[in-house]
Amino acid sequence: MGEDIHRLRKPASEDDWSRGPADGLPLVEYLDYQCSHCQAAYPVIESVLAELGGRVRFVVRHFPVASIHPQAKGAALAAEAAGRQGKFWEMHRRLLEARGALSEVDLRRYAQELRLDLEQFDRDRVDESLSAEIREEKLLGVRSGVNGTPTLYIGDVRYDGRISGEDLKAALLAELNGS
Amino acid sequence: MAALNVGAKAPDFELDGSTGKTKLSDLLASHGYVILAFFPASFSPTCTDELNLFQEVSGEFAKLGAQMVGISVDGKWAQQAFAKQGNLEFPVLADFHPQGAVAEKYGVLRSDGTAERALFIIGKDGVIRYSYVSEIGKNPGADRLLEELEKMTAPA
Repeated sequence: MGEDIHRLRKPASEDDWSRGPADGLPLVEYLDYQCSHCQAAYPVIESVLAELGGRVRFVVRHFPVASIHPQAKGAALAAEAAGRQGKFWEMHRRLLEARGALSEVDLRRYAQELRLDLEQFDRDRVDESLSAEIREEKLLGVRSGVNGTPTLYIGDVRYDGRISGEDLKAALLAELNGS
Repeated sequence: MAALNVGAKAPDFELDGSTGKTKLSDLLASHGYVILAFFPASFSPTCTDELNLFQEVSGEFAKLGAQMVGISVDGKWAQQAFAKQGNLEFPVLADFHPQGAVAEKYGVLRSDGTAERALFIIGKDGVIRYSYVSEIGKNPGADRLLEELEKMTAPA
């Protein structure tokens, strides 16, 4: 039997999209915007953050599962491209609240609603370096033990519990109070 | 029943599945390493996540000279439908008749007739190099497989 603890190869850092205090306990989510479990986890995570937000630093990383979710990578690129215009989290919310409406027309509509520079948005989404970053991020996820989406890490240890408000909050509190 | 361990000879077999008949010794001859992923049931949520992940990582496995093979006690037509649903390009084999016979040879047949969620890496010489049985409801991920393959393929 191997060791059962899976750790982030690359702990949360300045390179990540993050919300919450810089010295907060990292909660890292690997997600796929086309994944229904990620869409379902979104309000759960948001409500836990609302309760513990002052002490938790929430980080999002991409893990588009292309073989079953053909629009996932395009959605991740849209979030990153919005990020280049300072609207990563706004786009992140849109994409999850869209519950799967992630066609090209949808993505451009969200960009428009967020008042992004559309030409820039379109250019950035086909920027090969952005695609390469997402690939790299996903591979690091695999190396860290991401085994489906969403996969969460508390600190740098994979969280294998249920993604319910109660369980997740309890796990975060245990870590916050224990260390 | 205990799973076959590192150092044991991997029992050869030939099974039908999502990509037709597949023989372990042929795969070993053509690929070098074979990753044998036993799973309890096609279409169950954890197995679906697990095999989709392996599909996503198949390029990395290939770079390390390894071929992924999924295997459960489901029938050939179920495996074809399962592979199609997940766009699984690697063989998903039907350990169906007699049911669970290959799982039994590897020591991973459960008392309920399904296979354990188990991973084996088999070397070109047919010897088991890595053996892992996961908790039944827990998707083991691919990190250990990549680490183990890297160790095996690292220049001495």
